[in-house]
Amino acid sequence: MSRISKVLIANRGAIARRIVRACNELGLESVAVYSACDSEAPYIAEASEAYPLPGYKALDTYLNSVALLDVAARSGADAVHPGYGFLAENAGFARAVIDSGRVFIGPQPTWLEQMGDKVSARSLMQGQGFPMFAGSQLLNDPRQAAAEAEQIGYPVMVKPSGGGGGMGMAAVADADALEAALHQAQTIGASAFGDSGVYIEKLIETPRHIEFQILGDGRGGAMHVYERDCSVQRRNQKLIEETPAPGLDRAMLLASAEQAAEVCAGLGYDSLGTVETLVKPDGDMGFLEMNTRIQVEHGVTEMATGLDLVQAQINLADGGALPALPERSRYAMEVRLYAEDSATMLPSTGVLHTFRPPSLHGVRVDTGYSANQAVTPYYDAMLAKVIATGDTREMVIGRLLVALKAFEVHGVQTNAGLLGRILEHDEFLGGNIDTGILNRIIGEH
Amino acid sequence: MARHEVESEVTGNVWKVLLEVGASVTEGDVIMILESMKMEIPVEAPADGTLAEVCVALEDQVEEDQLLAVVEA
Repeated sequence: MSRISKVLIANRGAIARRIVRACNELGLESVAVYSACDSEAPYIAEASEAYPLPGYKALDTYLNSVALLDVAARSGADAVHPGYGFLAENAGFARAVIDSGRVFIGPQPTWLEQMGDKVSARSLMQGQGFPMFAGSQLLNDPRQAAAEAEQIGYPVMVKPSGGGGGMGMAAVADADALEAALHQAQTIGASAFGDSGVYIEKLIETPRHIEFQILGDGRGGAMHVYERDCSVQRRNQKLIEETPAPGLDRAMLLASAEQAAEVCAGLGYDSLGTVETLVKPDGDMGFLEMNTRIQVEHGVTEMATGLDLVQAQINLADGGALPALPERSRYAMEVRLYAEDSATMLPSTGVLHTFRPPSLHGVRVDTGYSANQAVTPYYDAMLAKVIATGDTREMVIGRLLVALKAFEVHGVQTNAGLLGRILEHDEFLGGNIDTGILNRIIGEH
Repeated sequence: MARHEVESEVTGNVWKVLLEVGASVTEGDVIMILESMKMEIPVEAPADGTLAEVCVALEDQVEEDQLLAVVEA
């Protein structure tokens, strides 16, 4: 029996629009919300209904659970999709949604807590036998931290246990630098995530970032939808993602994807999620974290396999069954077009006097913007995701280059030039990618 | 005495102010951190000297080219 008929989308931009599309295709009504600076955004007109959230700042709008639940009640929505970012991994919000008698389109709130706490996530995954690099438990006292770091062996990473995205993280080369890094991780963890817990991991230098898309039904069933390589990053933020991962052993990747699915089956995970790992140059793999939501880069997997992940996520939340494992018959790659200067990489705000995404064969553009909309400092700088598919990696790269040149944006600076430089770079074309590639490419100039 | 004005390179808000007026700074020291589009943007001292003025407060909205601080060298 279907419980979901009307979905409130507690988000904005490209992902709000993507969820509206999934709702339309599933025959569900959709309810959009928008802040004062998003009133011109295209997802508002595309949704069945839309409600304003007073204010501009994220805290007053898309992070305001009271206002969001009020819209849910007024609109008669029977489910809430949180998208990514904002409240997507906030257990308190998920509980409030469930307590209001609605379906939270995501895992049970305990998963948000257990996977959101990086130390607890490590221990859960390790308990299921997933490979792990050396790391500590939660650290309270600096002497204990020094002993742990000594045992793990320098260099190490100090990380806040409460959050991701690279905030508060620091690489520590030796014992002298440890105390300052611990202090910084505690301070930033407390201010950004409301949690001053820290832990230490072995620093893996210039690894590959490989992640596995998984889906679980909460009844012991789980599946993977292959890997994505997200090694091209700047400031720990992904810039280019692709599948299959170039230059890695396919059998090894498939075995790891199957293991990630088995772990999620063993845990009884009950939604869509992503198991992120790091892979060392020698092929050694270790768990990084698990994301309990739809990812920004989900379109890569969708384009390569034809599986609609957002629909699958909604169906699982509605008590539905896992989809069949699709074939990955094509290559797919995504570039993230940001409103930022290609040279300085500083964010750029302004009005989009021209905004004309390309319409090309084999290319999908996910964007929350249209012409004459303002790009404000209140939210992240992503203008669009440009995703291409094709029979070979070379064809996909070629299509992305054509698409980037055809994408007309005036009014803000974009990183299109930087993306083009990476796509045309020999090292990238050769599939020799790791998390250090962007610095190597930029460093050449 | 040279007066070095530190201006904002972005539109955003003041996320953290790390140094107080009167602090002695060396070139590259982070005076404050701005936040724009979910990115932290450090504002650094342009020269060795003394932090003479901090022209913004925590959570202030700032515009591109707005005066943030003055370092006297």
